[in-house]
Amino acid sequence: MTAADTPARSRTAPMVSVRGVYKRFGAAEVLRDVDLTVEAGHVTVVLGPSGSGKSTLLRCINHLERADRGHITVDGELIGYRRGRGVLHELKEKQILRQRGAIGFVFQNFNLFPHLTVLENIVEAPRYAFRRPAAEVEEQARALLERVGLAGFADAHPRTLSGGQQQRVAIARALALRPKVLLFDEPTSALDPELVGEVLDVIRDLAAGGTTMIVVTHEIGFAREVADTVVFMDQGRIVESGPPGRVLDHPAHERTRAFLEKVL
Amino acid sequence: MTAPAATRAAGPRGAPDDPTDWPVRPARHPWRWAAGAAVLVLVAMFANMMLTNPAWKWHVVADYLFAETIMRALWLTVRLTVYGTVLGFGLGVVLALMRLSGSALLASVSWTYVWAFRSIPLIVQLLFWYNLAILYDRLSFGIPFGPAFVSFPTMELISPMTAAVLGLALHQAAYSAEIVRSGILAVDQGQREAAAALGIPWGRQVRRIILPQAMRTIMPTAGNEVIGLFKGTSVVYVMALGELFYRVQVIYNRTGDVVPMLMVATLWYIVLTTLLSAAQFYVERHYAKGAVRELPPTPLQRVRSFAAGLPHALRSARQPRGATR
Repeated sequence: MTAADTPARSRTAPMVSVRGVYKRFGAAEVLRDVDLTVEAGHVTVVLGPSGSGKSTLLRCINHLERADRGHITVDGELIGYRRGRGVLHELKEKQILRQRGAIGFVFQNFNLFPHLTVLENIVEAPRYAFRRPAAEVEEQARALLERVGLAGFADAHPRTLSGGQQQRVAIARALALRPKVLLFDEPTSALDPELVGEVLDVIRDLAAGGTTMIVVTHEIGFAREVADTVVFMDQGRIVESGPPGRVLDHPAHERTRAFLEKVL
Repeated sequence: MTAPAATRAAGPRGAPDDPTDWPVRPARHPWRWAAGAAVLVLVAMFANMMLTNPAWKWHVVADYLFAETIMRALWLTVRLTVYGTVLGFGLGVVLALMRLSGSALLASVSWTYVWAFRSIPLIVQLLFWYNLAILYDRLSFGIPFGPAFVSFPTMELISPMTAAVLGLALHQAAYSAEIVRSGILAVDQGQREAAAALGIPWGRQVRRIILPQAMRTIMPTAGNEVIGLFKGTSVVYVMALGELFYRVQVIYNRTGDVVPMLMVATLWYIVLTTLLSAAQFYVERHYAKGAVRELPPTPLQRVRSFAAGLPHALRSARQPRGATR
């Protein structure tokens, strides 16, 4: 189901809403009461030094990590829980897996299934987890491969492709579930410099097509060009957020300024 | 001195002292030849010793190799191996998944099982199953601690064959569980995460994503285990089951041809182990798909490409280097 299928829901409601999310691993506080709102069709780029909690935030949104406090909604639906009378009921694994269909995730290390072909990688989830008809899924998969510029690679195995090509397959695989929002966890960090461009081109193309996205990256130039909102995180907190022109060129906080000086 | 040499070396291709197109003379290895000859002599001596000594009684071996009793015994050995492998590895997968599940109870049950069955010698365990009727003369199925629906005399339910299969499978399961677990642990954590992020249900994650990749690590050790189990079936002779080793013993106790009959068993163990090793090669090759860029050639392909390259290699040994590709 895409956003367009649900006209009943008010368009003014945010696509992704993160409220007071707190998460710790042992003694380390990774997320400290994070609030984040992402409007439908907008691109949010999350910047910050390593260890600032960017990846954990993304992983909380699709419930790969469970937040200790706070809650997250995607298109109005509470992730990982069901509202009761004054209590939150934990969802079963099966229902969480179903919710993840609405949340595409692209990993830093692609995580393609190496023993399956490119086409099998893409059709696996829509076909066998969401029970869509084989013919329709395959047709969509081939169209997606064309869209990411890999039309001739359907029968190749992932390891025979370059890193950039693998990441583009991973994006196609995430799109095959027609997610309401796409999350990118440092999609270009594992790539050789000359391969970064081809992946960013695909993301840029998706942004132009109105896909809601949250992108964790170190590519400042890309953030400036594509982001509607830039969020800067440090030590588990969102230090500041706003349009790229403001956050990147006139940061309000010393911490943001220091970070940008280092990476630019 | 150096300056003219440098100019000469950099001279035009085809000049009299330009080595580009010179033929190559392969390096000689006289000691390799000497060692080879010595080994050949030893092999010939060994063959002579085996073939000319009448005490081996090769004609007895030939008489019994395809005898019907031996064939039936071999078939039983094969069946024990297949049941032991299928049930053992089936239960092994379940135990490995229990051990790796988040549940502390399941994990400790699995751990205890492995601990117990690795501690008890197979032969002792087999005798326990064989003598189960002494402990419990009837086995019942029903409500736990409650009434029974059906009840069987143990002697009827646990035949020597059932006892043997139970013993071999339960023993094998403990070892298989650890092998499967090592395979699952070797699969990158990201694979599981990616499958979860795509909403793929747990059962399918295991069957479609994790286990096929774990098979790469599992297969070499599993091959050892299956071959070990195949030869290990010989211990069920303690239950007077007519498998290969038991049958061979029965015959030589009657005829006194100990060595030739052991040779019959040995030859069949070798033949079947060879078949299992070949099967292992092809299964491993199957699961290598996607993990390596190019699959290793099968022995048949290797022979074919060697044969195809042979005339070429002979020719190129005599021809200038430039002519070869």
